[in-house]
Amino acid sequence: MDATSRGATVELTEVVKNYGTGAPALDTLSLHARPGEFVALLGPSGCGKTTALRTVAGLEAVTSGSISIDGRDVTDQPTNKRDLGMVFQSYSLFPHLDAQANVEFGLRMRRVPAGERRERALGALEMVGLGGFGSRFAHQLSGGQQQRVALARALVTRPRVLLLDEPLSALDAKVRVQLREEIRRIQTELGITTLFVTHDQEEALAVADRVAVMRAGRIEQIGTPEALYTQPQTPFVAEFIGLSNRLPGTVRGGFVEVYGVELPLLDPTVAPGPVTVALRPEDVEIVSEGALAGVVVSTSFLGSLRRSTVRLPDDTLLAVQHAVGLRTAPGERVALRFTGACVSVKHEENP
Amino acid sequence: MSSPRLGATPSRTARTIILSLVGLLFAVPILAMIEFTFRDGLSGSYTLTHWTNLANPAVNAKYAPLATALANSGVLVVVTVLLVLVVLLPTMILVELRFPRLRRVLEFICIVPITVPAIVLVVGLVPVYSVVVKVAGSSIWSLGFAYGITVLPYAYRAIQANLGTVDVVTLSEAARSLGAGWATVLLRVILPNLRRGILAAAFISIAVVLGEFTIASLLNRVNLQTALVLISKSDPYVAVIFSLLALAFAFVLLLLIGRLSTVGSRRRKA
Repeated sequence: MDATSRGATVELTEVVKNYGTGAPALDTLSLHARPGEFVALLGPSGCGKTTALRTVAGLEAVTSGSISIDGRDVTDQPTNKRDLGMVFQSYSLFPHLDAQANVEFGLRMRRVPAGERRERALGALEMVGLGGFGSRFAHQLSGGQQQRVALARALVTRPRVLLLDEPLSALDAKVRVQLREEIRRIQTELGITTLFVTHDQEEALAVADRVAVMRAGRIEQIGTPEALYTQPQTPFVAEFIGLSNRLPGTVRGGFVEVYGVELPLLDPTVAPGPVTVALRPEDVEIVSEGALAGVVVSTSFLGSLRRSTVRLPDDTLLAVQHAVGLRTAPGERVALRFTGACVSVKHEENP
Repeated sequence: MSSPRLGATPSRTARTIILSLVGLLFAVPILAMIEFTFRDGLSGSYTLTHWTNLANPAVNAKYAPLATALANSGVLVVVTVLLVLVVLLPTMILVELRFPRLRRVLEFICIVPITVPAIVLVVGLVPVYSVVVKVAGSSIWSLGFAYGITVLPYAYRAIQANLGTVDVVTLSEAARSLGAGWATVLLRVILPNLRRGILAAAFISIAVVLGEFTIASLLNRVNLQTALVLISKSDPYVAVIFSLLALAFAFVLLLLIGRLSTVGSRRRKA
């Protein structure tokens, strides 16, 4: 496979998808993916991320709005004319064909001569680390291997856009991490514009150039993983990206006061009043002495770090992330300090 | 399996006894039929004449109606299988791909014929066929429409069992994303993966059509079974011989269906 950049822009303009049952699946969704960019669509189930991907694929017709690939309007083009590569959540290898014939399928559709077809298919299998597996059938391959073949099959035709619809969610944790890194490597090598649907925020943050957090058929926020993590623009994003503590606080004078500590606000224009503060576990420290104290409820070892849950005097549970060397025991009294990072807040809804 | 045996599962010996009893129930009449074809009239001794007579031109002239009946049944088999392949199969694929909500409705419609006894079916079919005969003539093939209905439950089950194991929606979406049009999706992706179900549906339809008597008889048509009944009145031996042959043929078909499914599952396990 050649390594030249051949990514295309993908543009969704005010796309609406209405199934006619309740709220629209996509609500005037606009998204612009640059050539060669890896964009993850992230959100809880039912937020419309898969529907968005399927409209780009042409597997779902839009109610209104338009979709263009490489500047050409494809809104009314059938799937098979859109020149895409797609990997599905469920295993989608053709069971009656072996791996190589599966990979050759797209080339066959494009009437590529047999010799070249074979050569490119073997190359693609090699690329996903499955050289020598060409004569295996789907039932002779593990889940991870099947998704690799599906990836090879999607890429061998050198499509302009790669669409990944939760391709890793059926795999076990270790294979998932392995394969997502491999997908990222291959995507970078080929420079192919990629849309990646996932409900796993860690996955999205790990592989994407930009992440679009979706909610109720709209994009809540789109940005680099760092931007989303450090500057969530809405409480929903703050809660969805990373683990957040929710603490009671009061906004006054451009700051929010939480347990007697004043913390800077991400959005200083928030109206004063009682709010819920989203505070990340890594923004709390365990210190030897401090004003805020609590009792450790549980602690878990996470490899490179340790996370403890601390019960505050008002019975609020607070997750704290700290170094592995610092061993806390359940029942132990600890003092806490906020690091002073900016926080996002949400006004308490009056029932 | 090491899991404890559930109360409802019969033990090994119980299974063997039940199977033997059922087997005996089927074997006795068949063995009796075989024995009967070797009897020499009322003399009580045995002879091969009834079998050799089949090849004897002097005697087998009177079996001519049977030849017509066989040909008729052949036509009916072809028409019925065609109906299954051209009407039922595409409908099922379409429902699976585009109208999954209709699956229950289709299943209900397809299963209904098994709940209606043939004799009741005929009562409804008589007026229908008085019209069919006016439109399509009285040649035998039009009886295939009625048989198309009687085989529905069997054919539907056979195809549905296969459809249930193949995710045709995802497979067709994958094929389309790779550039395949609908015709290619159908011919290159869906049909090859439904091969077992389609063959099983065809075989079981053949077996059902070859064994059908009630409808043909009451609509005054000649097929294998009605001819056998007719012949049995003049030469019971030949009738029994042909019944045996038809039975053997159906048996081979059923064995083939069984083989097809085991070949498939063995491949999956490998």
